[in-house]
Amino acid sequence: MPIISLRCRESITGWLFVSPTLAGFLIFFFGPLIAVFGYSATEWNLLTQETSFVGFENYTDALTENQDFWLVFRNSLVFAAGLVPLNMVMALSLAMALSRPFAGQVLFRTIFFAPVITAAVAWAIVWKFLLQGETGTVNQMLAIVGIDGPNWLREPNWAMVAVIVTRVLKTVGLNMILYIAALQSIPRDYTEAALLEGASRWQIFGRIIWPLLTPTTLVIMIVTVVGSLKVFDHIYLMTGGGPENGTMVLAFFIYEQGFEFFNVGYASALAVIMFFLIVALTGLQLRLKGGLQ
Amino acid sequence: MISSRIQTVSWYLMLAIASVPFVFPLLWMLSAAFKGPAEIFATPPTLIPDTMRWSNFLEVFSYQPFARQYVNSLYIAALVSGLTLLFASLAGYALARIRFAGSALLLLLLISALMMPEEVTIIPNFFLMRELGLMNTHAPLVLLPVFGSQGVLATFLMRQYFMALPKELEEAAYLDGLSRFGVWWKIALPLSRPALAAVGIITFLNSWNLFLEPLVFISDVRLFTLPLALANFTDAYGLPLWHLQLAATSLAVIPTLIVYIAAQRQIIESFALSGVKG
Repeated sequence: MPIISLRCRESITGWLFVSPTLAGFLIFFFGPLIAVFGYSATEWNLLTQETSFVGFENYTDALTENQDFWLVFRNSLVFAAGLVPLNMVMALSLAMALSRPFAGQVLFRTIFFAPVITAAVAWAIVWKFLLQGETGTVNQMLAIVGIDGPNWLREPNWAMVAVIVTRVLKTVGLNMILYIAALQSIPRDYTEAALLEGASRWQIFGRIIWPLLTPTTLVIMIVTVVGSLKVFDHIYLMTGGGPENGTMVLAFFIYEQGFEFFNVGYASALAVIMFFLIVALTGLQLRLKGGLQ
Repeated sequence: MISSRIQTVSWYLMLAIASVPFVFPLLWMLSAAFKGPAEIFATPPTLIPDTMRWSNFLEVFSYQPFARQYVNSLYIAALVSGLTLLFASLAGYALARIRFAGSALLLLLLISALMMPEEVTIIPNFFLMRELGLMNTHAPLVLLPVFGSQGVLATFLMRQYFMALPKELEEAAYLDGLSRFGVWWKIALPLSRPALAAVGIITFLNSWNLFLEPLVFISDVRLFTLPLALANFTDAYGLPLWHLQLAATSLAVIPTLIVYIAAQRQIIESFALSGVKG
């Protein structure tokens, strides 16, 4: 008897400790997550105040009739496909350069990481300023060396390039320090032994360092891919999703449909699609990770 | 000798070139903040303004209630950090140390939120806040980060840290008659200062930089937070007032950068901790 009551008391204490977190979580995350599935089965326009049950119509609309959806989907893919590799290659290169001590190591680390703590809104405003057409500073600099720069944020393809590159500059510092930490945890003996046996720098990187970095690379990849899907403020401020919807990505599309066009049902269906995308991506990458261990 | 010197020079040259796109935007922001509307677009561009227009910074405060918006951002970020630390350390401690029925299920439930962007739940949250009468108040900007994926991440980081602490001290404290709550408060929390600092820093910065939630929930200019205020420096046609916008952006960014440079080691390590575990 006393043992059972002790266990019972432990359980009560445990639940008391987690109760604020759990209550808030259920009200402000889990409840809304369930609700968004429900909303997505309705035709619900805030302006007309009309609601009706339409089943899967919002989804079939998105996937077959509404051409915008596939454009947005393609844009999100292009954005991720550009951002993730560029971010990771740059992060690893910078980390390789900064992982060994040298005079100025801390200075450069501080510089490359600075945009991470700068507000995304501020970073986007400054780059929008720099990337204006003829009078933009970037193009004025390019003109000095004789290059006629494009109107970066007004041409769909260049706008996509611009938001990708500036977003990478904003966030690459975070992945860099994760790689630095991983590189510094590789025992010196491994690489020194290989050097003594006459291995080249590339061989050491390819055969020793890169395989040892794999767990870190996977974690970084998951976080960066998911991070690329939820980018909103950066694009909202730099291009407003334009020109011609050329930089309209899924996170922005949800906001636009929900809070500018008031298509609650359709926006909710988009949110559900995003939910499954995230679940699929993290699931896939965690399986990859599991397969390695 | 010479070749090694060339190597050193080219090494630093390479790093210096690589840092240009990281430093240049912030330098240029500061430079343009002191320029008038005409000089901002002068050809060729000038890094040091002809005349320093300090009046830009005064105008920022008359164009919008910028001081108030600054205070809004500060107190919200402080409140979010405080509440997150309290709730995350309570829940994290229970999940690490107390064996209670249902804890495994709870952990799984929380994990599901870890990666979820706020865009997925923002629409139902909009209606929830409207029902609760919290539209155009700061409550959503506190509640959603504290209890959303940001709060869950904090809970996980705290749990991870508590699990790595040696149990002996806590066991001795029980023998001295301390309750679970007493042990958490008097033993576990003081031992986990590094984790609390890391979670506090990340949470503060996240709230400080939050944009989607203020955009959705706040319409009154006096209730704006800094990110929303910065986006709002436009003329009657919706075109940016660059000299004011960049002056305001400088006022928002420079203090953050100064704190960052002073405490860069601590701040960078905080992010390293969150990334490895998250």
